[in-house]
Amino acid sequence: MGTIDWDAVQTADQVQRGEISAAECVEAALSRIDNTNPTVHAFLHVDADRALARARFMDHNLTRETKANLPLAGVPVAIKDNMVTTDMPTTAGSKILEGFRSPYNATVVELLEQAGAIIVGKTNMDEFAMGSSTEHSAYGVTRNPWDLTRVPGGSSGGSAAAVAARMVPLALGSDTGGSIRLPASYCGVFGIKPTYGRVSRYGLIAYASSLDQIGPLARSVRDLSRTLHLIARHDAKDATSLDANTILEAPIPTALQSLRIGLPEEYFGEGIDVRVRTVIEKTLDRLRESGVDLIPISLPHTRYAIATYYLIAPAEASSNLSRYDGVRYGLRVVGDDLIHMYQNTRQEGFGPEVKRRILLGTHALSAGYYDAYYLKAQKVRTLIRQDFDNAFEKVDLIVTPTVADLPFKLGERDLDPLQMYLTDIFTVTTNLAGLPGLSQPIGLVDGLPVGLQWMGPPLAEDRVLSAASALEAILPSPEWPLSGGIQ
Amino acid sequence: MTNQYEVVIGLEVHVELKTQTKLFCGCANGFGQDPNSQTCPVCLGMPGVLPVLNGEAVALATRAALALHCTVNSYSKFDRKQYFYPDLPKAYQISQYDQPLAENGHVTIHTAAGKRNIGIERIHMEEDAGKLNHLGQRLGDAEGSLVDLNRAGVPLIEIVSRPEMHSPEEARQYLVELRTILSYLDISDLRMEEGSMRCDANVSLRPLDFTGSLADLPRVEIKNVNSFRNVQRGIEFEINRQRQMLQTGQRIIKETRGFDDASGSTYSQRSKEEANDYRYFPEPDLPPLVLTEKWLKEQREALPQLPDELRQSLAERGVAERDAEVLVQDVNLYHYWSQVVALVSDARLVTNWLLSDYSRLMNANNLSFAEPKVSAHGLASLLSLITAGTLSGKMAKEVLETMFDTGETAEAVVKRLGLSQITDHNAIKEIVSAVVAANPAVVQDFVSGKEKALTFLVGQVMKQTKGQAKPDLVNALLREVLATYA
Repeated sequence: MGTIDWDAVQTADQVQRGEISAAECVEAALSRIDNTNPTVHAFLHVDADRALARARFMDHNLTRETKANLPLAGVPVAIKDNMVTTDMPTTAGSKILEGFRSPYNATVVELLEQAGAIIVGKTNMDEFAMGSSTEHSAYGVTRNPWDLTRVPGGSSGGSAAAVAARMVPLALGSDTGGSIRLPASYCGVFGIKPTYGRVSRYGLIAYASSLDQIGPLARSVRDLSRTLHLIARHDAKDATSLDANTILEAPIPTALQSLRIGLPEEYFGEGIDVRVRTVIEKTLDRLRESGVDLIPISLPHTRYAIATYYLIAPAEASSNLSRYDGVRYGLRVVGDDLIHMYQNTRQEGFGPEVKRRILLGTHALSAGYYDAYYLKAQKVRTLIRQDFDNAFEKVDLIVTPTVADLPFKLGERDLDPLQMYLTDIFTVTTNLAGLPGLSQPIGLVDGLPVGLQWMGPPLAEDRVLSAASALEAILPSPEWPLSGGIQ
Repeated sequence: MTNQYEVVIGLEVHVELKTQTKLFCGCANGFGQDPNSQTCPVCLGMPGVLPVLNGEAVALATRAALALHCTVNSYSKFDRKQYFYPDLPKAYQISQYDQPLAENGHVTIHTAAGKRNIGIERIHMEEDAGKLNHLGQRLGDAEGSLVDLNRAGVPLIEIVSRPEMHSPEEARQYLVELRTILSYLDISDLRMEEGSMRCDANVSLRPLDFTGSLADLPRVEIKNVNSFRNVQRGIEFEINRQRQMLQTGQRIIKETRGFDDASGSTYSQRSKEEANDYRYFPEPDLPPLVLTEKWLKEQREALPQLPDELRQSLAERGVAERDAEVLVQDVNLYHYWSQVVALVSDARLVTNWLLSDYSRLMNANNLSFAEPKVSAHGLASLLSLITAGTLSGKMAKEVLETMFDTGETAEAVVKRLGLSQITDHNAIKEIVSAVVAANPAVVQDFVSGKEKALTFLVGQVMKQTKGQAKPDLVNALLREVLATYA
């Protein structure tokens, strides 16, 4: 076992105790990146010099006492490329931001670095987080470390693949309709989307503002807890940021049988790959064996979730992406006049999926259509939220598959956007309702990972994390791909 | 079809709020700084930024709404108004669309027919855009344009009147009274020429036999008017233009027109048919604005005395209505007046001096009562010398001019120029007797009933005393001496 096999908590503990230097941890991560990233293409940008310099500074200048107060001391971390950084480029996977350098750091970046984390680079993603496969990046696809011919899921595919391939123990992703949990499931790692408003969005390049939420991806539940403990803080720079109790630094041990767990019938119907179903059923059996009372419930408005999501998210996106106009930063393609400069810039700068969603959203907000589309979608959103309110009167947590199928082949869904949209069917509901959702790897089938999703009431991250941790304890230790590296 | 029309005018007034910082970021809110020196990632619309509402702006907007008799909504929300333009960094303006801060207020104007309330439909908050400086004549043929985003994100309120004004004069009166009311709140510089107060006018002509909804009348919006005078001129021009069109059977089209100062005319900018679809939707980055009863009460209690109240109290103090209006319409002048009156209780004396001699000096030197040349205390001392009889009105005028020029106190000027009034009864009587003795013919005229002759004799006495004799004393003594000749 080398340092790359350690999770973030173990890495920080070793660095804090002086058993290993931060520089050694970072060097190991960089060397793993050198070996695997050219094939996996999880990172868009790696800043080895900066990472090593920060690690060495920590090793040479910080006392053991100081390091003991850094919960992520020396932990190599990857950041999805839609979180802005002053020292590294930020592209959000888009050509329109090629070469863009932010004048400020995202709040999460500041918080992680204050906690001793060493940011090694920025990870690939679907352009502006629009996609479920990380194929819609202007900078090439990311491959699933379990099967290099398959997608890692998206849009935080780079972050998930980097963690799965053990390039880093910890990465940040963002989740608007499943963009943390889906790639976590496809890559066999843990990922959590916190309650809306838990983590500051300041410095997160907006896709759909009322749905976007930042969260960690890692190889253990305790890593998720420790990271959320640090980044789920009220931020005066984000008016939607909640001022709530801090998430516990470590999951509290929970007896699973004390929990009432709901199984929504809408998430276990047709359309689930039988192989996925088998692994999920096996896990549910384990829970039953542990004395958990699995309660059938119904979330009746689930079937409207995708339609609702694909009105609200593109509507907000069409507005959020208007600022990329070639005037102040990023790409500018000249034209005969102002209108043509706008047209040329956006025509060349945005990829096809982004254009599709801008068109969808612009249409949904247009005069004469607003009531029928956007307003109606907001009403359905309220109904979906009420479904969960009702359910959480009967159960403490809800369990579902994270995604209905196994990672698909690169290019397989290129020509069928609707099929791609349906990938998010089990994850969009928590975004629409603003709830926490966690994807947990529960085993492999045909060499590909399967994920289980935990959903909880608003602000119940501690409960979600405790349950996932308890399940983690009774499942066999997960395996990790590319154990021999890439030849 | 009738040839009779009623003029229907509605005004939309934008007022920049004088907050320390911008509406959604911590940048300073100031006019006339170096281009783009008052900007940050938020007001530049950089990727990833979020707006945070400025509480001071909400307080100032709320005070304006309360002073204009509006109902302030305890729940309002922000929306995005979307359009592309280089002075709008996010390509949307954060504004309030269907749930504004305040509604249903009014401004009282005084017309020949008496007092009338002009309704205010709504007041909402929004952020200002930046400014473009075109290198060349027009955007179309300019070599380029420079974007200055200092103003981007500056807080504005938009005050939308109901279409209840029926003449250019009423529109002017509405604007004057609106500005007067707002000036007492100290929430804005209210300078049309600097753009801290801006006005768009909607003008339509309603045929008297038209009974439908006003909203169905073709409405022309006049934009880019930079003074109250020009608002009035623009409306006048527009009324005539529309009347002529209607009378020659032409159709008025709904459009936006600019105002050309030089020719006093309006010109077509764009027709509403080709207007933008702003695709308003609720701003997801800002929670709804919820104002508590307690907070609203605090804002109400923080309101100063407002013009209507002041007019009444001035009338009670014996200040003539016309003078009161002049005082009230200049908030700095009014504040100065109150300071002087607090020291010299004769409100009419203070008013007369302020509105005549002092104002003349201020105007001649192009000064504002925001920075008075002679302090309220200084003027009060001067006026006290008049009421004490030490100075005549004429002498006081001279002293005031000197105070104005040199900055000396009234007492110092009086002392330096030896300018005190002669009030010594015997001294004046001696001079009076001498003057009477020296002008027998004039005395004879007076005795035979020519009252005017007295004026000549007073003039002679004043001449001999170099104007320092107290005029009413001179008068009384002259009559006393002349009585012996009767």
